[in-house]
Amino acid sequence: MPIVTMTVNGRTASADIDPRTLLVQFLRENLMLTGTHVGCDTSQCGACTVHLDGDAVKSCTVLALQAEGCAVTTIEGLGAPGLLHPMQEAFREHHGLQCGFCTPGMIMAAVDIVHRHGNELSETLIRHELDGNICRCTGYHNIVKAVAEGARAMAPAMGAGGTGSTGLRTAAE
Amino acid sequence: MTVTRIGEAVRRKEDHRFITGKGQYTDDIFRPRQAHAYFLRSPHAHARIRSIDTAEALAMPGVVAILTGKELAEDKLGDLICGWMIHDIHGQPMKMGSHPALAKEKVRYVGDHVAVVIAEQLDQAKDAAAAIAVDYDVLPAVAELAGATDSATLVHDEIPGNLAFEWHLGDAAATERAFAEARHVTTLEIVNNRLIPNAMEPRAAIGEYDSGNDAYTLWTTSQNPHVARLVLSAFVGIAPEHKLRVIAPDVGGGFGSKIFIYAEETVCAWASKRVGRPVKWTGDRSEAFLSDAHGRDHITTAELAMDERGKILGLRVKTRANMGAYLSTFASSIPTYLYAPLLSGQYDIPAIHAAVEAVYTTTAPVDAYRGAGRPEATFVIERLMEVAARELGVDPADFRKRNFVRKFPHQTPVIMAYDTGDYRASLDKAMKIADVKGFGRRRRHSARQGKLRGLGYSCYIEACGIAPSQAVGSLGAGVGLWESAEVRVNPTGNVEILTGSHSHGQGHETTFAQLVSDRLGIPIEQVTVVHGDTDKVQFGMGTYGSRSGAVGMSAIVKALDKVEAKAKKIASHLLEASVADIEFRDGQFTVAGTDRSIDFASVALNAYVAHKFPTSEIEPGLKEGAFYDPVNFTFPAGTHICEVEIDPETGKTTIASWTAVDDFGVVINPMIVEGQVHGGIAQGVGQALMEAASYDRDGQLVTGSFMDYAMPRAEDLPSFQMGFTQTRCPSNPLGIKGCGEAGAIAAPPAVINAITDALGTEAVPMPATPSTVWEVMRAFGPAARAAE
Repeated sequence: MPIVTMTVNGRTASADIDPRTLLVQFLRENLMLTGTHVGCDTSQCGACTVHLDGDAVKSCTVLALQAEGCAVTTIEGLGAPGLLHPMQEAFREHHGLQCGFCTPGMIMAAVDIVHRHGNELSETLIRHELDGNICRCTGYHNIVKAVAEGARAMAPAMGAGGTGSTGLRTAAE
Repeated sequence: MTVTRIGEAVRRKEDHRFITGKGQYTDDIFRPRQAHAYFLRSPHAHARIRSIDTAEALAMPGVVAILTGKELAEDKLGDLICGWMIHDIHGQPMKMGSHPALAKEKVRYVGDHVAVVIAEQLDQAKDAAAAIAVDYDVLPAVAELAGATDSATLVHDEIPGNLAFEWHLGDAAATERAFAEARHVTTLEIVNNRLIPNAMEPRAAIGEYDSGNDAYTLWTTSQNPHVARLVLSAFVGIAPEHKLRVIAPDVGGGFGSKIFIYAEETVCAWASKRVGRPVKWTGDRSEAFLSDAHGRDHITTAELAMDERGKILGLRVKTRANMGAYLSTFASSIPTYLYAPLLSGQYDIPAIHAAVEAVYTTTAPVDAYRGAGRPEATFVIERLMEVAARELGVDPADFRKRNFVRKFPHQTPVIMAYDTGDYRASLDKAMKIADVKGFGRRRRHSARQGKLRGLGYSCYIEACGIAPSQAVGSLGAGVGLWESAEVRVNPTGNVEILTGSHSHGQGHETTFAQLVSDRLGIPIEQVTVVHGDTDKVQFGMGTYGSRSGAVGMSAIVKALDKVEAKAKKIASHLLEASVADIEFRDGQFTVAGTDRSIDFASVALNAYVAHKFPTSEIEPGLKEGAFYDPVNFTFPAGTHICEVEIDPETGKTTIASWTAVDDFGVVINPMIVEGQVHGGIAQGVGQALMEAASYDRDGQLVTGSFMDYAMPRAEDLPSFQMGFTQTRCPSNPLGIKGCGEAGAIAAPPAVINAITDALGTEAVPMPATPSTVWEVMRAFGPAARAAE
């Protein structure tokens, strides 16, 4: 079986895997990073969203071997030890989660939206950009609020640990 | 460190673990030596199993065991049961078809459980399942509800006409008389579309047998782990209750679908002893679509009789309800006692009669899904109200006001005694927030853009706080529906609350702690809520039917009363005063009329040190438990107003605005309550606009993935305008009515009332997808309003 090596949340991770192992399986079962969830089998729900070399991907649609040599950030790697990422903080502050199952994927997708669209996000844009993430609990109302506020909090002037134009990107990734 | 009060929007205590990826759901648990289960499911809707050949599969790499109905029978495991006995119109018990966890002679829906393969790795189990040879004698499907009772094919050979039961409620003769006297009758044919709950976490289970202690542990995605243990012990016969621990850790949403005792969880527990290893199963989404209990699926004819002044005289309803292939855990109660008693809505209706046929088909079992019977009832009455008003040429809001219940308590003709409410107040407030006065202007504006605009009301009521045990017992429930709580005060003054309620998104770890903080005057950080483990919590009935506030928190209040009473006794010794003179407020025990006081933590410490009071009179320690049985249902009610804009070119409906004004009685945490309503509305809008479970004539589920079954996404919904009115619930100590299902109950008729208002025709089925709306517009002529 092939050996795959990648950087996950800043640490090198390597394992001998079945070639059909998905990135999400590698994260959950080999590295025990169970914050990344599996909510469907058709790449629709987005619960498994992680960052691969800085871009949001659905880790159920990436083979672990495709991430060879890449840098992966999961929900566990967001923020700094003892310090929540502004987007995590915004989800809590605005009650952007209920059962919590879609939440890691939502937060990872939301951070990616900020990376691509900046810190001032309209409701229309947020709703459009969240197309790939399904939540069954919240009706999205508070998620939309949380993403807008989290985006603002990621702006360098406001973000506590902000490094660069879109907040913690370089710190976390 | 903060003392929190009832009514404050306290941020959730549980969120930290969820936003940092530290939640622990069942699939996140890895047991040493665990093996993986994969279920071979029936590809046919209906077939007799001639034989199952597992020889080749058993020899494949990694396979530990393959179990079928044969091994289940060897171990004399009982069937899965339906826990609510309905007696039919002839007084006979409902006809319950046999429901083994693994099929014995027949399979009865696509996805039915044929065999379980247990292997070292999941992929090995899947590979082996593909190598099992099942010889099926394929039988005709009974896929359509409408024709199921006339079908020559029987889902259960011993149940004629595929009829589980015929049942009715209300006074048929009085209702006949009301219709004879009526000046106007409004009639509607309604299909309440079949839904698939789709909590984002698929069901999962790990069974583990400990041979040293001859005891089992089952981790499972349950809304009610104690009920699961009871059923698995008393009926299925896995193990006695004291030898079976059920743990429901973090659970990723339920919406009813995780109440039930399913085949997979049962098999994991049972098989763990057979194979001597922990057995883990995590459903994938496709399996969830196939085998989670579905919701709704009614065909109804409804008639409303009115006098010449538009006063309602009577309501007559005939409903055919799809039960699917087997009666699921609470299935029989949904189209009966959770449905017909709500048909009176917010209205004073002198005579009601409802007749229900519960029918077997070769489809997945149908059971409670958010609202469970009450959305179906609300859809019937709220569509009738809107259509009747239009037929009479009366404003729909005025028509409702004319018929509202105004005096409380109000006894309906269908069991329920509404205790309190002010329906006019929530309608008026909703109309103000929604700016109904400005609707004509907005409609003209839409018309100028070539769009059709409509406004729809839904004045819903529901019965929650489920439920007084004797009352539900007399109606056929197999269990009481009280709740338990235990308050454990530790020597250092912090508190653990053990509750039989289960939180899977509702935020109990916050609201229950908020209550304790308010009552004991201690910071919320010093309160922990323990739930979901039968080894920790003695017993509980779990979370469904919007009962955790009204029933679960009432149990906590009762236990807190006992804690306070005992703490006062201890304080009286510490303060050397009579217990009658001890007052407790803001965390301080004070001798009335003096400045002598002692704080809660000091009393807690003294309770355990036990040096300063006679232990012959007062036992050491500070821990109290309580069981609370509600004395009535609770009746949350309110008005939702939906405004839609429809593009006549495409048939696409956009929710232009949504206003929700709800009376939930006392609100513990408005942030959480609003969140519950938001989510409920989204599910209701999903039912009205896009969601439908669909089987083809052969009984194949054609909406078996998120590619085929439309889930509401962020772009499909607006932000919601929220408001509350409040009448305190008189039947429980906190005055709570419950909020979990309101949105899903209120929303569907509001949407359809708005769409029919926009189109000028009532013939709009759910889900009103763009193609459906476009076809309706074609069939009933182009609505001319856009050109007006």
